[in-house]
Amino acid sequence: MDVNKNILANLGARLVVWVPYLWLIVFFLLPFLIVLKISLSQSVIALPPYHPVFDLAAGWDGIKAFIAGLGFDNFATLVSDSIYLLSYLKSLEVAFVATAILLVIGYPIAYGMARAPRRVQAVLVMLVILPFWTSFLIRVYAWINILQTDGLLNRALQALGLVSAPVTWLASDTAIYIGIVYSYLPFMVLPLYAALEKMDHTLLEAAADLGASPRAAFWRVTVPLSLPGIGAGALLCFIPIIGEFVIPDLLGGSESLMIGQTLWTEFFSNKDWPVASAIAVVLLCLLVGPIAVYQHLQVGKVESGG
Amino acid sequence: MRRGLSAFNLTSLALGLAFLYLPIVILVVYSFNASQLVTVWGGWSTRWYVALLDDRAMLDAAAASFGIAATSAAAATVLGTMAALALTRLGRFRGRLGFSAMIYAPLVMPEVITGLSLLLMFVAADIDRGFLTVTAAHTTLTMCFVTVVVQSRLASFDRSLEEAAMDLGCPPGRTFLTVTLPLIAPAVIAGFLLAFSLSLDDLVIASFTTGPGATTLPMRIYSEVRLGVKPEINAICTILIGAVAVAVFAAAWISRRAAGGEVAGLPAK
Repeated sequence: MDVNKNILANLGARLVVWVPYLWLIVFFLLPFLIVLKISLSQSVIALPPYHPVFDLAAGWDGIKAFIAGLGFDNFATLVSDSIYLLSYLKSLEVAFVATAILLVIGYPIAYGMARAPRRVQAVLVMLVILPFWTSFLIRVYAWINILQTDGLLNRALQALGLVSAPVTWLASDTAIYIGIVYSYLPFMVLPLYAALEKMDHTLLEAAADLGASPRAAFWRVTVPLSLPGIGAGALLCFIPIIGEFVIPDLLGGSESLMIGQTLWTEFFSNKDWPVASAIAVVLLCLLVGPIAVYQHLQVGKVESGG
Repeated sequence: MRRGLSAFNLTSLALGLAFLYLPIVILVVYSFNASQLVTVWGGWSTRWYVALLDDRAMLDAAAASFGIAATSAAAATVLGTMAALALTRLGRFRGRLGFSAMIYAPLVMPEVITGLSLLLMFVAADIDRGFLTVTAAHTTLTMCFVTVVVQSRLASFDRSLEEAAMDLGCPPGRTFLTVTLPLIAPAVIAGFLLAFSLSLDDLVIASFTTGPGATTLPMRIYSEVRLGVKPEINAICTILIGAVAVAVFAAAWISRRAAGGEVAGLPAK
């Protein structure tokens, strides 16, 4: 009886691990391997199958022929045309600058949240999370309404007499930054808040007792203690921003593209799937480091009971 | 942290919340604008909502999106809850590191990469693209969010309740159904709603993995938005915002009733 129960429990445990595990292997890991393979293939025509074709029936010779047929032509294309390099650099620049802006704007908000009375805190957290639930696309679209030449922002600025002629906001880097900061603000504020909220305020009192000015106490006690939150928030923003497509496509100009847009164009307009795959592989290589650090922070948090 | 707000704290909170909400409020208000010109206020009207009823393509897209969101969120809730159980209850099983890596990576992975790789796999496997492929793609993405939400709940509740049930001879399956599941239900429901809204929202992954006859609402909105701002789009966006707001408040209400005020939401708790 007990043996039966153990077998059942074991079976249950295996099921609980292996069903989601297999799902992720098939729909997450395997697709990456296919991207890697196609990035090393040559496109014979604009559509698959790409050469070399993996032929298991041909046995070991088939595998050797397959490996011999792979090449780095698509990666050579990425290096030879400066448009790709410029896209990667533009994405990195936008991600760095936007993350810095997010940190500067997000920190005071998170700090204010953490100092609010307990009951108010729950409401504030809810208010910051709520926009995250509404559609990303809608939130970006809302800014087109505001930023267009005869939109509300220009009319407000003109009414206040700050500008004499309407400013062109759309199709510029400024619009991209506004869109990104707006969309990613909850991702920055919540980890910062989580770190600040846990802080022991007696440490600040101790610092004050020992003669530290509030400013010194902030920089030497509060900021160092909130570093895990800063790290999590920055990575949670930085990594997806690099591959951002919707925001630069709707709000940005057409003269310099971010890498997500270049990949999209290569895939949907030029129909060059191997080059699009190569772009994805290089992008992934750029992101492996930050993603690993982010995972380390996440796993640490969960295992410490957070 | 010490309670009590300085003027600076209050100002940053007020400005921050205004920044987050003003664009949405403006969008909602302008969806009731009678004027054809989106920037000129012409009085209150519901004409754009009425016009939506004649927009066959938009209605079809909405139906497709809701079908995909409901199916993928249901699948993601089951898979995500299983994964959360595996990560919190099974200790160090073989392949745990790879497992948790595959749970956390999709949360931050740029959508263009996820979308492209899934599409290339569907092409390689010679699967017809449409409703099922988008649903599978969304399930993969959203199950990881469900896992994170359910996992934090599993990690925080009292395990002795489960142990007591097992000590009294309750088999593991039944313990799960009668003890664990009721306790984590708020997080499971919140996970389902999060998965649903993420699926309803997704443009990039759906664009890659869709096929003929399965144009989703964001794809439809996106192609309209690229041509400029239109009053009908303001109206459909307002309806979506309303639907999400109702779902979120329902989730908050359920979890408050069941768990005493825990707010479920982002992975960054």
